[in-house]
Amino acid sequence: MSFKTSKILGSAALASLLLALPALGQEVAAEVPAAIEEVAAIDTGDTAWMLVSTLLVILMTIPGLALFYGGLVRSKNILSVLTQVFAGFALIALLWVTYGYSLAFAGPSEGGLSAFIGDFSNFLLGATGPDSVSGTIPELVFVVFQLTFACITATLIVGGIAERMKFGAVMAFLAIWFTFSYLPIAHMVWSGAGLFFQMGALDFAGGTVVHINSGVAALVAAIVLGPRLGYMKEPIAPHNLVFVFIGASLLWVGWFGFNAGSALAANGTAAQAFLNTITAPAAAALAWALGEKLTRGHASALGAFSGAVAGLVAITPAAGFSGTFGAIVLGAVAGLICLWAVVTLKPMLKYDDSLDVFGIHGVGGIAGAIGTAFVADPALGGFGAEGYALGGQLVTQVLAVLVAIIWSALVTLVALLIVKALFGGLRVSDASESDGLDLSTHGERAYN
Amino acid sequence: MKLVIAIIKPSRLEEVRQALNSLDVHGMTVTEVKGYGRQKGHSEIYRGTEYAVHFLPKLKIEIAVDDAIADAVGSAIRDAAQTGRIGDGKIFILDLLAVTRIRTGETGASAL
Repeated sequence: MSFKTSKILGSAALASLLLALPALGQEVAAEVPAAIEEVAAIDTGDTAWMLVSTLLVILMTIPGLALFYGGLVRSKNILSVLTQVFAGFALIALLWVTYGYSLAFAGPSEGGLSAFIGDFSNFLLGATGPDSVSGTIPELVFVVFQLTFACITATLIVGGIAERMKFGAVMAFLAIWFTFSYLPIAHMVWSGAGLFFQMGALDFAGGTVVHINSGVAALVAAIVLGPRLGYMKEPIAPHNLVFVFIGASLLWVGWFGFNAGSALAANGTAAQAFLNTITAPAAAALAWALGEKLTRGHASALGAFSGAVAGLVAITPAAGFSGTFGAIVLGAVAGLICLWAVVTLKPMLKYDDSLDVFGIHGVGGIAGAIGTAFVADPALGGFGAEGYALGGQLVTQVLAVLVAIIWSALVTLVALLIVKALFGGLRVSDASESDGLDLSTHGERAYN
Repeated sequence: MKLVIAIIKPSRLEEVRQALNSLDVHGMTVTEVKGYGRQKGHSEIYRGTEYAVHFLPKLKIEIAVDDAIADAVGSAIRDAAQTGRIGDGKIFILDLLAVTRIRTGETGASAL
C-alpha cells in the first residue's frame, strides 16, 4: 500500500457517488462517463498484475499457511488445522464483502470515529460495481486484493490455538476479532482518515495490520486457552515437516503478491518490493540456520523454513520503502530476533503458542515495523519522503506498534471471553483432545 | 517346530534374508517395531524444543522352522545381523505347537 490511498479514496468516493444515482436509464449514465474518464482510467497492466497478486495471496493461505501449520501439528490434528484455515478463509471472505471493506475503507475523511473505523456506506459493496475505479485498477480488484489480506490475518491466529479449541468457537472468535481488531487497525493504517496514516506511520504491506495484529492475538489466545495437554512433559513434535516445507515455499512465493502487490501498480516500487521479498527472507533463513548451528549444534530444516517466514514478516512493512541492502540487513536481524523469541522467550514465559505465531509474526512484525524507520531512511538507501527524519519516524513507528499491540490484545481477550460464554468453554474435553480433533471434532482421519 | 523371533536393525534385513535363503528357508514375516535395550535413544530439536526420543526403529522377523535347523537359523541371523555396535538386537526361539498352510490345509512339518 502506498500514499495513493487518499487518491484512491477520492476516486472511489466520486465513483460511488455517481453509481449511487438511481438507475434512471442510459440518459443519466450517458452524461457521466466523460467525468469519470477525466478522473481515472484503468491501466490494464496494473490491473492484470493486481489480479495475479490477489491470486498469490490466496495461495498463501490455501494451501500455504494451512500446510505450513498442518505439518507442524500431530497427525491426529492435521485435518482440524486445515479445516480451521479453510473455513476461516471462507468466513472472513464473506464478512469482508458484507461489511468489512466498508468499515475498513469507506466513510468520511475526518470527524466522528473516522480516525478509527469507516462506516457502512459501502455495505454489501452497494457503492462498488465493475465500473468503479480505484487508482488505476477496478475497485473490485482492490476489494478482493484486500479481502485476501483480511483472510490470512485471521487464519494466522489458528496457529496459536491449534490442537485444543472447539471448531465453532474458533469460527465465532475469528468473526468477532476480524470485526473489532482487523478492521479498525486496517482502517487506521491504510485509510487516509486513519490514525496511523495521519501520524505518518509507514506500513507498506501490513506488518502491523497483519502480523503484529495476529501475532499478539495468538499470544493472548494461547495464554487464555492454556497449554495443550502434555505440553513440556511429552514430545509434541511436528508430524510432517515435508508439509511445512511445501507450506513455507507457498508462503514465500505467494508473498510476492502480498508485498509487491501492495504497490497497487506494476511499477518500479513493485519491483523493489519484489526484490526485497527475496533478499530479506533469504538472509533471515540463513541467519536463523547459522544461529541454530552455533547455539544448538544443528542447522535444522524447520529452522531454515521458519527463518524465511520471519524475514518475510519483517520486510512486509518495509517492502516498498527499503533499499536492497537495507532489506538484507533487516531480514538477517529479524531471523536472529525471531530465533531468540521462539527458542528462548517462549519457554521462559511458558506459554503454548503452538505454532509460534507470536514468535514469528508478532515479534517479526514488531522488528519489521521498527526496522522500517531505519531502512526507509534515504541516508540508508531507503525511499522515505523528502526531509525524512529518522528519529521522528522511529517514534511514530514505535507508537503505532504500541497502540496496535494494546488494541489487538484487548479485543482478543474480550472476544475470547464472549465466545467462551457462548460456547460454554473454549477447549474441547481432555478425552477429545487426546483422541485428536480430527476424530473428535470432525469425525475423520487424515490418514487411512 | 520352533518359532524364531529376531529383533534386528532395519539396515540388516537384506543380509539376513540372503543368509536364510542359503539355508533353504524361504519365508518370513517382517514387522516394523520400536524398542530399546542398552542402546540409548537420541534427542530431536524442533524450534528450540528438545525431545528425548527413547524408542528406536527396529525390525522384527518371525520364521517358523523345523527343530533340526532352528539353531542353524539362529546362528545365521546372528552373523548376518551383527554390526558390533550396541543396538544390534536379540534372537528368541520359542516352541511352536502347530502350523497350518491355509491354501491346502496341510499341517505339521510339511506346512513349514
